[in-house]
Amino acid sequence: MSTDVKVPQAAAQQQSSDHRGIKLPIYMDNHATTPMDPRVLEEMLPYFMEKFGNAASRNHSFGWAAEEGVETARERIAKLIGATTKEVIFTSGATESDNLAIKGVAEMYREKGNHIITAVTEHKAVLDTGKRLEKYGYRVTYLPVQKDGLIDLDDLKRAIDDKTILVTIMAANNEIGVLQPIAEIGKLCHERGVIFHTDATQAIGKVPVDVTKQNIDLASISAHKMYGPKGVGALYVRRKNPRVQISAIIDGGGHERGMRSGTLNVPSIVGLGKACALAQEEMPQESCRLAGLRNRLRDRITSRLDEVYVNGSMDHRLPGNLNISFAYVEGESLLMGINDIAVSSGSACTSATLEPSYVLKALGTGDDLAHSSIRFGIGRFNTEAEVDYVADRVVETVERLRELSPLYEMAKEGINLKDVKWAGE
Amino acid sequence: MSYSDKVIDHYNNPRNVGSLDKASQDVGTGLVGAPECGDVMKLQIKVNPETSVIEDAKFKTFGCGSAIASSSLATEWVKGKTVDQALAIKNMDIVKELSLPPVKIHCSVLAEDAIRAAIGDWKKKQQSVTPVAAEAK
Repeated sequence: MSTDVKVPQAAAQQQSSDHRGIKLPIYMDNHATTPMDPRVLEEMLPYFMEKFGNAASRNHSFGWAAEEGVETARERIAKLIGATTKEVIFTSGATESDNLAIKGVAEMYREKGNHIITAVTEHKAVLDTGKRLEKYGYRVTYLPVQKDGLIDLDDLKRAIDDKTILVTIMAANNEIGVLQPIAEIGKLCHERGVIFHTDATQAIGKVPVDVTKQNIDLASISAHKMYGPKGVGALYVRRKNPRVQISAIIDGGGHERGMRSGTLNVPSIVGLGKACALAQEEMPQESCRLAGLRNRLRDRITSRLDEVYVNGSMDHRLPGNLNISFAYVEGESLLMGINDIAVSSGSACTSATLEPSYVLKALGTGDDLAHSSIRFGIGRFNTEAEVDYVADRVVETVERLRELSPLYEMAKEGINLKDVKWAGE
Repeated sequence: MSYSDKVIDHYNNPRNVGSLDKASQDVGTGLVGAPECGDVMKLQIKVNPETSVIEDAKFKTFGCGSAIASSSLATEWVKGKTVDQALAIKNMDIVKELSLPPVKIHCSVLAEDAIRAAIGDWKKKQQSVTPVAAEAK
């Protein structure tokens, strides 16, 4: 197999122009999704045509070839997170894994209790699953977070009662990249006999996740956040110390030891496995490189602009994540000004709900600054030259929009914007 | 979401950006919206006291591209109109001109509000000798 791999050239859009040797547009939204690593695609390709068999076909070579691909993938995933192969269940992605973990535990342990604990900054796949369970008589506690985005372990301790069956706290946040104290949470849950699920979608492959050392019982995994294909993921389900059982939410042929029926998506599973193997191999160097680029981006922005605020802890954070609020500038207008760069905003204008980011609001960030936030997600294929270009474009666009901003003008005149009686309030 | 060419043009080349002396007797200032809502527009007009014609208009906007475009367009439209003619500008005219999608209609409403607030402020000044500070409606 070739190891001489090129950076993928085909982004969603045709590369349209060149600037200082940089291909535009630049993709820097790697928390939304990542481009597939060509080495992953290469590994997947035989499983579309030559090895097309059903991994559940036990009595011919076509099935065996497919099964071999699946089992190799299972080993690679297990190895990355310190699990055994029997503990890895394939799903359609992290949303399904979150649903399966939470609903599966809720149903299985209904007689033991009906209380679930999570946090306000979780992904909607967790929050909305909790909301649905509330309709069915479960009690859900949504823990607040501190200013840096981390939960307070004492809050968690206090929230656990004799009816608590599950704690579900994400490993890394998708907006602000903040890493929760997973090992401490796992330890606490095990001391109290409570099952611990973590949505590790953003963390796995980026920072070390070890289900044994961190006392994780259930972990959601997604391929497309780590340079694998979309539409495939996995759920880690602990087999011993303690053994965790979950009810299925999809019934059928009894695949994946009855926990997730449905013919396995073999090519994608093979891709997920390869993505895990690459992540494991490259994580030590890659995480340092990404943190270096991220800090460079931050420094190049914060040194040239006043009143910019990094959202969330810098000490407990994914290496490739930067989330910044640019006071007096609305996020969507900023995105419009840097339209050759793909990033995200916490502005309401970019969401369907017209509400600014609930994650930033949970940190105590005011709505005004939540509207002004940009999430940068630096990934495997970003370069230093791209980071420098992005910093320059952001700085010049913020400066231009501040010249256009009545709020900036008022602030410079010494008016405290908090004291102004706004019509919309 | 994709923007209409006109929105992009106003965003890239906003017309009449700036500020007029809000203490001046001939200047009306409208400040509408709120930072928490993600939109604040300041629209100012300079009115000829003899003819009631709006001789100059300036704006500054905190908001999305559609909000910037709506207020930029509003300044273009009010210039040269009498105060009464300017009051006849409706938000749906702005929606049509800029091809704003339904989720951006509030930007046009805010622009209409800004015109009304600026004219209201100017009218108030004509009734009293003391200049009235700009305030949100």
